[in-house]
Amino acid sequence: MNNMFDILSFYFSYPFVRYALIVGTLIALCSSLLGVTLVLKRYSYIGDGLSHVAFGAMSVAAVLGLSDNMVIVLPVTVIAAILMLQAGQKVNINGDAAIAMISVASLAVGYLLMNLFSTSSNISGDVCSTLFGSTSILTLNMSDVWLCIVLSVVVLFVYVFFYNKIFAITFDENFARATGIRAGAYNFLTAVIIAVIIVLAMNLVGSLLISALVIFPALSAMRIFKNYRMVVICSAVISVVCAVAGIIISILASTPVGSTIVVADLVVFLLCHVAGKIMAKG
Amino acid sequence: MSYIVCKDVTLGYEGKTISHNINFTVNPGDYLCIVGENGVGKSTLIKTLLNLKKPLSGEIIRGDGIKEYEIGYLPQQTVVQKDFPASVREVVLSGCLNRCGLRPFYSKAEKQICEENMERMGIAELKNTCYRELSGGQQQRVLLARALCAARKILLLDEPVAGLDPRVTMEMYELIKDLNKEGITIIMVSHDIDAAVKYATHILHMDNKPAFFGVTADYLGSSIYQSFMKKGGKEDE
Repeated sequence: MNNMFDILSFYFSYPFVRYALIVGTLIALCSSLLGVTLVLKRYSYIGDGLSHVAFGAMSVAAVLGLSDNMVIVLPVTVIAAILMLQAGQKVNINGDAAIAMISVASLAVGYLLMNLFSTSSNISGDVCSTLFGSTSILTLNMSDVWLCIVLSVVVLFVYVFFYNKIFAITFDENFARATGIRAGAYNFLTAVIIAVIIVLAMNLVGSLLISALVIFPALSAMRIFKNYRMVVICSAVISVVCAVAGIIISILASTPVGSTIVVADLVVFLLCHVAGKIMAKG
Repeated sequence: MSYIVCKDVTLGYEGKTISHNINFTVNPGDYLCIVGENGVGKSTLIKTLLNLKKPLSGEIIRGDGIKEYEIGYLPQQTVVQKDFPASVREVVLSGCLNRCGLRPFYSKAEKQICEENMERMGIAELKNTCYRELSGGQQQRVLLARALCAARKILLLDEPVAGLDPRVTMEMYELIKDLNKEGITIIMVSHDIDAAVKYATHILHMDNKPAFFGVTADYLGSSIYQSFMKKGGKEDE
C-alpha cells in the first residue's frame, strides 16, 4: 500500500503527469455532459464519426508540417459536426450512411497521407498513438493545458446557462420550436461544442475511443436515475471518477491511458446495468 | 375580436401546393376540430398556425392578445420521448420556457404555474415519477399540463388520443371538454370524426375539394360529411 503511494507521489512530482490528470478530468466532465444530450437525441454515432474526421484532419496537419495542428483540426471538425447534425435530421437522404461514409473516408485518407508523406521513422507508432492516444496525454505542454482549461470552462458555462433550453429541445424539439425557442441555433451550438470536446479528447484517449467517453457515462447514469438533472450530475461524476481512476491505474500498472479509462467506464456501466435491473425488480 | 383569422391560406412546400383556399376563424371559447384524410395538409396547417412555417399565400391574423408563440401545443409523441429519463415536473416546467426569455433559470412564479397545472391535470402526485414509466394517458396529461404552462388562452392538440385505449380516450376527451368549459379555446386535429362531431363547436374539414368550415350542426348536414361517412362505411364492410 505504502509502496503504491510512493510510486504515485513519485509520478505526480512530474508536471506532465499533473497536466494529464487536470486535462483528463476536464475532458471527462465536458464530454459526459454533452453525452447525455447526444445519447437521448439518438446522435451517439456522431461522436464516433467526428473523431475519425479529426484523425483525418490531424494527418493533414502533420503532413503540412504545422507545429500547431489545432489550426486545421478544430475548424474541420466543427464544420463536419454541423454537416453531420444536419444529415442526421434528414431521414430521406440516408443520414446514417452519409455519416458512416464521411467517417471511414477520413480515416482511410488520414492513414494514407501519414504513410505517404510522413517525416517520422515510426509511422505505425504515430498512427497508433493518434488512434489510441497512448502517449499524447503525457506530452502536453503548458499551453495545451491552458487551452483545455479555457475551452472546458466555456463549455461548462454554456451548458449551465442553457441547461433548461437544452433539456426542452432534447425532450421535444417541435414543442420547443412552437414556444419560440430557436432550436436550430441551439443544435448548431451543440454541434460546435461536441466538435471542440472531441478535438480536446483526442489527446486523452485517442480518436478511436472518444465515443466511449461520450456515451458510457450517460448510459450508465440512465440505468439508475429517473430524472434528467440527476442523470446529468451522475453522468458527470461517473465520467470524472473513471477518468481519474483510469489515469492512476495506468500509471501504477503501466497500461495505455486511453484504453484503461474506457475499460473503467465499461466496468461502471455493467455495474449500473445490474443495479438498474435490481432496482426495477425491488 | 377573433384569436385567429385564416384568410385564403394556401399551404404547401416550394412549388407544390397541398391545399388552398382555407378560410376559418377561431374566436375565444371555440372548440374547433380539424378533420380530413391523410395528406390533405393538416400537419402543415399546424406548423403554419404555430408560426413555424409561412403559408404560400393568404394570411393568418392573430388578434385579441394572442401573440406569436402563445399557442399551447400538444405534439404527437416522438420515439425519443418514450425512453426519456425526465421527471414529470421537469417536463411540465419546460412549458414555462417561453416566459424566461434569456434568463437561464425558472423563477418562483413559473414554478408556481407549473404546480398549478399539474394539480389541474391531476398529476400532482406523480411529479417525481419518471416520464417513461407513465401510461399513455398519463403521458398525455403531462404534455397537456406543459402546453397549459406555455399558453393560457388557446391550445392546439395534434391527435391527442392517438394510441390510447377506448376508456382513456374518453377520459381525455372529457378532460379537453372541461378545459374548454373553463374558457380555454381548443383547436384539435383528429381522425376521430365521431368525437369531433360530439365535442366540437366548429369543424374544419380539409379535403382536396374546397374545405368546409362552419358550426357542427351545419357540418352534419353538409355534403362533405355525408360523402365522408358513406365512404367510411364502405371501407368498414
